[in-house]
Amino acid sequence: MSDDSTADVGATLSRRGRWSLAEILFWLFALATLFLLPERLLFLNEIAIIGLFAVSLDLILGYAGIISLGHGAFFGLGAYAAGILTKHGMGDPLIGLIIAAAAAAVLGFATSFLVLRGADLTKLMVTLGIALVLHEIANQAGWLTGGADGLQGITVNPIFGIFEFDIFGTTAYAYSLTVTFLLFVIARRLVVSPFGLSLRSIRDNPLRARAIGIPVNRRLVVIYTVSAAYAGVAGALLAQTTQFVSLDVLSFQRSADVLLVLVIGGIGYLYGGLIGAVVFKVLQDVLADITPQYWQFWIGLVLVVIVMVGPERFTERTTTLWRRSVARLRGRPDKVTAAPVKEV
Amino acid sequence: MLTILFDGIAYGMLLFVLACGLAVTLGLMNFVNLAHGAFAMAGGYITAVLMNRFGVPFLATLPAAVIGPALIGLVLERTLYARLYNRSHLHQVLFSIGLVFMAVAAVDYTMGSQQQLIQLPPWLQGRVDVFGVRVGLYRSFIIAVCGVLVVLLQLILTQTRFGIRLRAAVDDQRVADGLGINVNLIFAVTFAFGSGLAGLGGALGAEILGLDPTFPLKFMIYFLIVVTVGGATTITGPFLASLLLGIADVAGKYYVPQFGAFVIYTFMLVVLVLRPQGLFARAR
Repeated sequence: MSDDSTADVGATLSRRGRWSLAEILFWLFALATLFLLPERLLFLNEIAIIGLFAVSLDLILGYAGIISLGHGAFFGLGAYAAGILTKHGMGDPLIGLIIAAAAAAVLGFATSFLVLRGADLTKLMVTLGIALVLHEIANQAGWLTGGADGLQGITVNPIFGIFEFDIFGTTAYAYSLTVTFLLFVIARRLVVSPFGLSLRSIRDNPLRARAIGIPVNRRLVVIYTVSAAYAGVAGALLAQTTQFVSLDVLSFQRSADVLLVLVIGGIGYLYGGLIGAVVFKVLQDVLADITPQYWQFWIGLVLVVIVMVGPERFTERTTTLWRRSVARLRGRPDKVTAAPVKEV
Repeated sequence: MLTILFDGIAYGMLLFVLACGLAVTLGLMNFVNLAHGAFAMAGGYITAVLMNRFGVPFLATLPAAVIGPALIGLVLERTLYARLYNRSHLHQVLFSIGLVFMAVAAVDYTMGSQQQLIQLPPWLQGRVDVFGVRVGLYRSFIIAVCGVLVVLLQLILTQTRFGIRLRAAVDDQRVADGLGINVNLIFAVTFAFGSGLAGLGGALGAEILGLDPTFPLKFMIYFLIVVTVGGATTITGPFLASLLLGIADVAGKYYVPQFGAFVIYTFMLVVLVLRPQGLFARAR
């Protein structure tokens, strides 16, 4: 009996873990933009970084159900860690990434014990509070972080000593995209593993998850730490590719934006963060062109509308529509009616 | 020393008036409303516009600063907030962040991004000596107004029929509904009332806290601290938390300016970790 169900779970998970054609096309397209849009590479670079940041938030919000208003703390810490390191002579980008990830992971691990206490509201406040404390430290410790002026004069060495960062952002985008892709593959592997499955059961019903023997707190600590490390890497990428770190990386705005990105793309499946990042940046770019100062208003409106319509219904409807039109094209109209469950 | 204490108390009182509406929506109704500061900002701007453009005296603008945000609050509660009471906290957070963004940009668009200054009437300016302590007249005025409000609120909540119904509705919505209490109406009125109080706080605080389009974001954390640290089962919890926060903030900025707001955030984290239900509340 138990062997059967173990085999079942294994089969289901490995089926979910298979790469679909659409996914492969998605990444091929992302790679193609490197050559197709040579004049927008800096913009694409930002999309890749925000996408990675959103994926990291999705790991805790979408898969483990932890609401965070201060995820920017890890992003900012990563950015400052990479920036300060480079400024003091450790110019190798990959070492910078690793150390930024480690720093953010340590902070994530240490604060996870604070965050995991209490209800949603307490979590919100604690995450927000941690981000604010970091912001305050970065602001006051001007000798280290440059304070309100930002951290200037970062020069990053070529990657592997070969690929130099150029002003068009070719190397920057290729670098960010590669890192994002690799981390995405790991995250994807993680969420279709038994570990990911246990996270989802914790999200849906922590009490029951505990009752069937899942070590709830330990799992949450692990995923929170992993997510923090991801956010740290995203921050480090931003610092290295823009060669500048400002206080802005730790602002509340940053944490709120990434929530918005994730909501636009859809919570609880990894591509949501990436798609959300594309939509968000394009939207921001278009709106900022029309009203340079007041684009925030429209972003706010989008957010309100999404919530009023219901984010789940939003994405479910699109997928249902998609399945239905595919079915119709194949000459089998109205076969699919129920909203399918997203798996990756 | 005593002057700092006095200023801190005035600041704390002000924070209480600003945040007590939130104590009800967030603390009692369990709705995460990050947009509370937007209502306060509305009150502040109403006062500023009435005074600077139409020459209305300061005191006469205060009723408008209460009624305006209360009406906005009522409309928003009926049209938008009411639908989100039963939704997840994530939705509430997103929704209210969206509202804040819209409010900030809209005010920036209509009023400009500069600080709004208001000219206090002469009888509220200056400081006087009371038993050797330099006391600001305006701050005394704030303490008086807010003190009266605190007593009134406490009385309303504990002594009136409305207060009893509100507490019943908050404790158990379904049972209250079953007993014939119009829960929706109570929530709507309470929300409007809280928004109105925030508006009053914004108007009174325009001189002390400063008023510009980023007001809701700048003070959001303070309101949240008041509610979470104070706990929300009574009026006294948030009130004591406001006083504590006000005094700590003023004293901190005076004695250890290099730490900035660091002290307060750390204090909040410690309280939240040790007593997630709030400093002055009993666990439910």
